[in-house]
Amino acid sequence: MEGRKLRDMFGSESKPGTEAEEGRNTMSQAGPVTETSSQPQGAAASARRAKTLEAKEVNLYYGDFHAVENVNMTIEPNKVTALIGSSGCGKTTFLRSLNRMHELTPGASVKGSIQLDGEDVYGAGVDPVAVRRLVGMVFQQPNPFPTMSIYDNVAAGLDFNAGKIRKADKDAIVERSLRGAHLWDEVKDRLGRPGSGLSGGQQQRLCIARATAVSPEVLLMDEPCSALDPVATLAIEDLIGELKKEYTIAIVTHNMQQAARASDNTAFFNLDESGKPGHLVEIGPTQEIFTKPKKKETEDYVSGRFG
Amino acid sequence: MAHFDTTTNAGQLLAAASGGRRRRGDRIFSNISVVAAVTILALLVGVAVFLVTEGFPAFTAASSELPDHESFLSYVAPLAFGTVLAGVLAMVIAVPLAVAVALFITHIAPPRLAMLLGFFVDLLAAIPSIIYGLWGIFVLGPAAVPAMKWLEEKLGFIPIFEGPASITGRTMLVVGMVLAVMILPIISAVAREVFSQTPRKLQEGAQALGATRWEMIRTTVLPFGRSSVVSGAMLGLGRALGETMAVAIILSVSGGVTFNLIGQANPSTIAANIALNFPESSGLAINALIATGLVLFAITLATNFLARLIIARAEVK
Repeated sequence: MEGRKLRDMFGSESKPGTEAEEGRNTMSQAGPVTETSSQPQGAAASARRAKTLEAKEVNLYYGDFHAVENVNMTIEPNKVTALIGSSGCGKTTFLRSLNRMHELTPGASVKGSIQLDGEDVYGAGVDPVAVRRLVGMVFQQPNPFPTMSIYDNVAAGLDFNAGKIRKADKDAIVERSLRGAHLWDEVKDRLGRPGSGLSGGQQQRLCIARATAVSPEVLLMDEPCSALDPVATLAIEDLIGELKKEYTIAIVTHNMQQAARASDNTAFFNLDESGKPGHLVEIGPTQEIFTKPKKKETEDYVSGRFG
Repeated sequence: MAHFDTTTNAGQLLAAASGGRRRRGDRIFSNISVVAAVTILALLVGVAVFLVTEGFPAFTAASSELPDHESFLSYVAPLAFGTVLAGVLAMVIAVPLAVAVALFITHIAPPRLAMLLGFFVDLLAAIPSIIYGLWGIFVLGPAAVPAMKWLEEKLGFIPIFEGPASITGRTMLVVGMVLAVMILPIISAVAREVFSQTPRKLQEGAQALGATRWEMIRTTVLPFGRSSVVSGAMLGLGRALGETMAVAIILSVSGGVTFNLIGQANPSTIAANIALNFPESSGLAINALIATGLVLFAITLATNFLARLIIARAEVK
C-alpha cells in the first residue's frame, strides 16, 4: 500500500514537482486499478494500515467570511475520529477541506496545509481529482445515482479515470464492496435494479460501498445517519467499526451518543459567537473528551449544558 | 383563547375560519383554468376538423384535376420527405450544439460570461424567420459554397455529399444549418434550465469519487436532464418541420426525392410549398395544399408521440 502517491494519479495537467522523481518510481508498480484487485477480499479480512491525515494551521474562507480558524489536528490511521460541535461551528466545512471538496463552493478558499502521510493535498500541482480518489466521502443525504443500477452505482468510481477494467475484476470489486458495506445479501439478487429503489439505510450503505470500491485511504462521513431511522443508524455504526480496519475514518455527527459509541477520538469544534470563525477546542481519545475534558467549554457541550 | 369544551364554540371557530371569500376565490380560479384547458382542446380539434374537411376532396380527386397531374400521394410524398429531411438535418446539427452550449453556460463558463452568453442565445429566438431567410440566401449560402465544393471533392463517396455542388448555396444543407440556428435557442433554453437544476448532492457524489468535471457531467448532469432535452428537441423539431419563410426563401426547389444535401435540385418542404403555391392556386389545388397541411400535422403529432414513448420507455428501465 505504501506505493500510492497523490502524484501517481495525475492527469495531463500535472507539473513535475520536487517529488516527481519519487512519484515516477512508484507509478509503475501501482496503478490504482491493479492495486485494487490485489487487495484483501472483504472488509473483515486482514487489516491494513491506512494513511494519516494531518491538518496544519488550516484556515477556511467563504469569500471574505472566515469560517474556520487555525485548526491543527491529526486524524489517526485505522481509527474513527468524530467531529462534534454545535451548528455553524465549521466542522462540516473542515471535513470538506480534507478532500478538497470545500473549494468547489464558489468563492471558497483554503490556507494552511493538509497532509496525507506527509504529502500536502494542497501542494502545487496536486490534482484535486487525485486527492478525492484517495480520500472518499459519504454525505448527509444518501445520494446514489438515480439513473444507475445498484451494480453501476458501486462501479461508478471505477470507470472514472481508470481506463478499461476487466468485467471479472469489476464484478469482484462490486461484490467485495457490497459485502464490506453489509449490503450484499440484501441486493445480490437485484444488482440490475435502480439504486433509488432501496430504503434510506440501504441507500446509505450503497453509497459507502460506492466510496470504498475505489479503494480510498480515508473515508470522510458528513452526518451519514442524520436522515436514517435508529435501526439503520445502528447498522451504519456497526459498519463504521468494521471499516476502520481498512480505512482511516473521520465522521461529523450531531449525535453525541453516536460519537461516544462509534469513535476512537473526538474533536470538539466551537465558535465564540455567530459570525466569528469556528475553531478546534480540543481533540483527544473519545473516552477522555466525554468524561474528563481539559476545557470547560467541552465539558459544557458534552454534558448538554449548551448546543 | 377559546377552550374547545363546547361544541358551539368549536363550530363557530370553524365557520369563522372557513369564510365565504376564500371559497369563492377557489371556485373562480378553477373555472378559469377549466375554460383555458377546454379552449386549447377545442382549438386543436377545430384545426384538425378544418384540415380534414378542406383537404378531403384532394384525397378522392382524379389525378388530372390535381396540380402537376399526379395522384395526391405522389404529390405529397416528396414534400413530406423534404420536410422530414430538413427537420432531421436541423436536429442533427442543433441538438449537440445546444446541449454543449447549455453545459458550457451552466457548468463551465464563469458566471458573468455565462449570463452574457445565455442572453445572446435567447436573443437568437427573437429574430424573425424572414431575417433568417434573408441571411441564409445572402450570407450563409454564398459562404457555404466553397465548403460544399470541398465536401463534394473529399466526401463525395457518401451519397449525401454526392453533388454536383450548388454554385448558389441554396441547398438543403444550408437550410438545415439555418433551421438549426433557429431552433438552437429553444433546445438550449430547456437544456440550460434542467442542467442547472441537477441536484448538488449528485454532482458532489460524483466528484467525491474522483470524477473529473466531464465525468461528473456524464454521470449526473446528462442523465438527469435527458428526458427534458428530448422534450426540448421535440419542440425544436416542431418548429423546424413547420418553418415556412426561411425555407421558402433559401431553398432552390425542383421536387423529387434525393438525399443529396449539397446539389442544385432539392425537394421542397410542405410548409414552404404551401406558402409558395397558395397565391396562384384555385379550386382543387387549394384543397390539395390544405391536405398537405394535414400530412404535416400528422407528422408533427407522430414525432411528438414517438418522443414521449421514447422518454417513457427510458424512464421505466
